[in-house]
Amino acid sequence: MTVTEPGAAPEDTGTVLKVSGLEAGYERPGRHGFGRTRVPVVAGIDLAVRAGRTLGVVGESGCGKSTLARAIVGLRPPFAGTIEFAGADLAAAPPRRRRRLSRDLQMVFQDPYTSLNPRMTVAAVIAEGWSVHPGIVPRDRRDAEVARLLELVGLRADHGGRRLHELSGGQCQRVAIARALALRPRLIVCDEAVSALDVSVRAQILNLLADLQAELDVAYLFISHDLDVVRHISHDVAVMYLGTVVEYGTAADVFGDPQHPYTRALLSAAPSVHDRPESAAGGIVLTGEVPSPAAPPSGCRFRTRCYMATDACAADVPALEPRDGLPQSVACHFADSAGSTAPPP
Amino acid sequence: MTISAPHPAPAPPPGPAGEPAAELRDVHIGFRSGRHVTPVVRGISLALRRGRVLALVGESGSGKSLTSLALIGLLPPGAELTAGSVRLGGEDTGGFSARRWREARGGRVAMVFQDPMAALNPGFPVGWQIAEPFRRRLGLGRREARERAVALMREVGIADAPARFGDHPHEFSGGMRQRAVIAMALALEPAVLLADEPTTALDVTVQAQILDLLAQRQREDDLATLLVSHDLGVVARLAQDIAVMYAGRIVEQGPLDAVYTRPAHPYTLGLLEAMPEAADPGEGNSGGRLKPIPGVPPDPRRPPGGCAFHPRCPFATDLCRAEDPPLIEIGGGRATACHHSDQVLTEESA
Amino acid sequence: MSTIAPAPPVPAPATASGGTGRRRLPAIAWVGLAVLALFVLAALAGPLLRPYDPVATDLPHRLLAPGARLGDGSVAWLGTDQVGRDMLATLLAGSRVSLVVALATVVIGGAVGLVAGLAAGYFGGWTDTVLSRIGDVQLAFPSILLAILIAGVLGPSITNIVITLAVTRWVIFARVVRASALATRELEFVDSARVLGAGHLRILFRHVLPNCWQPLLVATTVQIGLTMVAEASLSFLGLGIPPDAASWGATVSAGRDYLGSAWWISTMPALALAAVVTAVGVVGDAFRDLADPRAQL
Repeated sequence: MTVTEPGAAPEDTGTVLKVSGLEAGYERPGRHGFGRTRVPVVAGIDLAVRAGRTLGVVGESGCGKSTLARAIVGLRPPFAGTIEFAGADLAAAPPRRRRRLSRDLQMVFQDPYTSLNPRMTVAAVIAEGWSVHPGIVPRDRRDAEVARLLELVGLRADHGGRRLHELSGGQCQRVAIARALALRPRLIVCDEAVSALDVSVRAQILNLLADLQAELDVAYLFISHDLDVVRHISHDVAVMYLGTVVEYGTAADVFGDPQHPYTRALLSAAPSVHDRPESAAGGIVLTGEVPSPAAPPSGCRFRTRCYMATDACAADVPALEPRDGLPQSVACHFADSAGSTAPPP
Repeated sequence: MTISAPHPAPAPPPGPAGEPAAELRDVHIGFRSGRHVTPVVRGISLALRRGRVLALVGESGSGKSLTSLALIGLLPPGAELTAGSVRLGGEDTGGFSARRWREARGGRVAMVFQDPMAALNPGFPVGWQIAEPFRRRLGLGRREARERAVALMREVGIADAPARFGDHPHEFSGGMRQRAVIAMALALEPAVLLADEPTTALDVTVQAQILDLLAQRQREDDLATLLVSHDLGVVARLAQDIAVMYAGRIVEQGPLDAVYTRPAHPYTLGLLEAMPEAADPGEGNSGGRLKPIPGVPPDPRRPPGGCAFHPRCPFATDLCRAEDPPLIEIGGGRATACHHSDQVLTEESA
Repeated sequence: MSTIAPAPPVPAPATASGGTGRRRLPAIAWVGLAVLALFVLAALAGPLLRPYDPVATDLPHRLLAPGARLGDGSVAWLGTDQVGRDMLATLLAGSRVSLVVALATVVIGGAVGLVAGLAAGYFGGWTDTVLSRIGDVQLAFPSILLAILIAGVLGPSITNIVITLAVTRWVIFARVVRASALATRELEFVDSARVLGAGHLRILFRHVLPNCWQPLLVATTVQIGLTMVAEASLSFLGLGIPPDAASWGATVSAGRDYLGSAWWISTMPALALAAVVTAVGVVGDAFRDLADPRAQL
């Protein structure tokens, strides 16, 4: 399957990360205790992140979005597939080279209180990467650079001497962003980076991420379960379900005219301030819950919960491809420009 | 299963007349550390009426969870009711013994917690836990309790209930666990249901199912529900009334629709405008900027003088820095605690 | 699940940083500290004040009760033993042996255990399997038998008793450190360092090791006490220190035959041992609670 880069606009600056056929997950003891069985939580994914742009990955728990993030940054070795980044295949790179490449590929985690070492000062947290990769910032310039980064993410230089527990959640997440930026990466993977924050603070961090992208031309792989947040920050969007991408395209196409039944259901289920108790009925309410990745359904993985499912869905795996002139790619046998996947009335 | 069966339009809400099913009167809660008490909830009055859902909304640290725990007599260690009264069905619980509270819990007021895994005992079958109140409190026999529990499991949408009666919590999915917790809460037909972030731990599509279930039970059992949440979207699906909390006080209160359409407090306005939904009315990324509320909530140990929100408020004046505004009626069943609510109201409609 | 619950209502002020007042040591810990200070002082300075001569005999003054006056006019506060040596001098000399053996054992055993535990906990896999199995085998073998075997082969000396005890103790340290390293390895800030490109050494020393010190310290206080008892036991059996050195255990053993007539020979060193071991435990507990208030709950 070829990797489609959605909505390749004229000003397109090329691709910074290209994931092809990626499979990753966990291993567990095999049957009767012999050997090990691989459970692919991510089961064959093709994605591309454009330079200086944001690819949003949205899905529910168990869809494999966190495993995808961890495989890309090297925390979980993939079972199969390639991760092309900066002209190298990260999946096949030896550890030493992989560590050198990691300069350009950083990550911001969900919870800053657990993902930053509480024993270190803010300045030490930010500067740690410079000790790992000498040559980015000379030793005598580090204090000044820490101060510059702190101001860049909206903190004061004197925050550098503090410890993390003295800061609020939003401030800690700013520190985590500064730590990632310190290595001057081309891509930052944000795994639920704003999910732990309160609404008012979340908006601050989302604005900060947008400002930093405009200023530094850094690309984001932005992973979240929150549709509104992904819609807001992303240029391109991939919707994941049970280890596969079911719909992939520009944010405007995917959110504006969703075609996969799952995307439709997800958007319909997302709470909105415009909902009211009287008007709640009428949305698509999916039955059941996500099956286990260890025993996925045959054919289309969504068919057990899909209102469109037929016998064909159990037999054939629908390919993720542009269908019938739709701008986005949809992995559904029934997707077409006539909107045949609309839910039953 | 889809619970969105067609239902008749909700009955007209009972007027404010009549005794509320549960009520807080000027409740203050503080954390004690030695002789010093840090006030966390500072004078909250609420009334829950049967057939209505009241949403209690606020960010972490606003005191909303403590407020709901006070209604069921389960304040955490260290927290204490320093003033005010908690009333259940018109009865002051001030003199309740531990035994009286135990009787009230389940029978008169029940609670659904955020984490269903923590609310269930992992060592016992789920059905057994649902049946327990029937045996212990109603004194039913084993067989009868089991029948009642299975019927209840069906009512909350647990498919194949008789077969799942003996399953342990870890054999249930997250959504099914929360259904079981709701069944346990409703077992003794309480008048008041407290739901503290009941869907926060769940996925979006499962959340929709659980919200539908809560709405259905609410209608059919004529419950008085308090829905505690940080999510303005979730409460919009369920609640007719809303109370917005900030730094331990209610800053705005009233019918949800009116409050959302024309907020009268700058904090409510800020929360609504900070939602990505507000910045992207259309589809996709409009490139618009969000409007966050600047700053962070105050530390309850060092509250700012005057109105607690003034350091973050675009409307703040010297009056706000000096004087904490009381919660006053502004008509239409609404109340707000802001010196400049007139200005805020026009701001939104502009 | 990706959604984080909004943080718990408001941290109780007691747990908040910079809260009201620093936590203080309880009074009992101060008593323990005083006992320990006295013990260390005795071990360092005692033999200088009251020299102990293992071969001196003073038969006219043998088996004198505590407080008895000696021929030279001095007072034997703790009495004299079966060959007329001053019990106080014996105890002071014994305290030095106890201290040296306990410290050396804990330092050596702790160091070996720290390295082995870090490697096993952090790297896991084969390293862990091999090290843990060795530890299991050793724990399954009664340590006193092992000590008798080693002491029997190497002969009694202070060095040998330290080796013997270190060999039997490192597993305890290794297990404690392994557990902490294993837990820390799974923490997200270790992942965060990995994403940064940090190598194993940096992660081990900057991120994992600092989280192992505290449990190691707790294990150390427990082990100091147990090591003193073990040294006394070995010496009691005659497998510990050589006959020309004083040890509390050896003295207890020597006094066995005189329990009826001169109770103080066995009782005094036993009391000293009990006091010091208890003090170590009390102080260790206090420091543990100080470092980790949750342990009190």
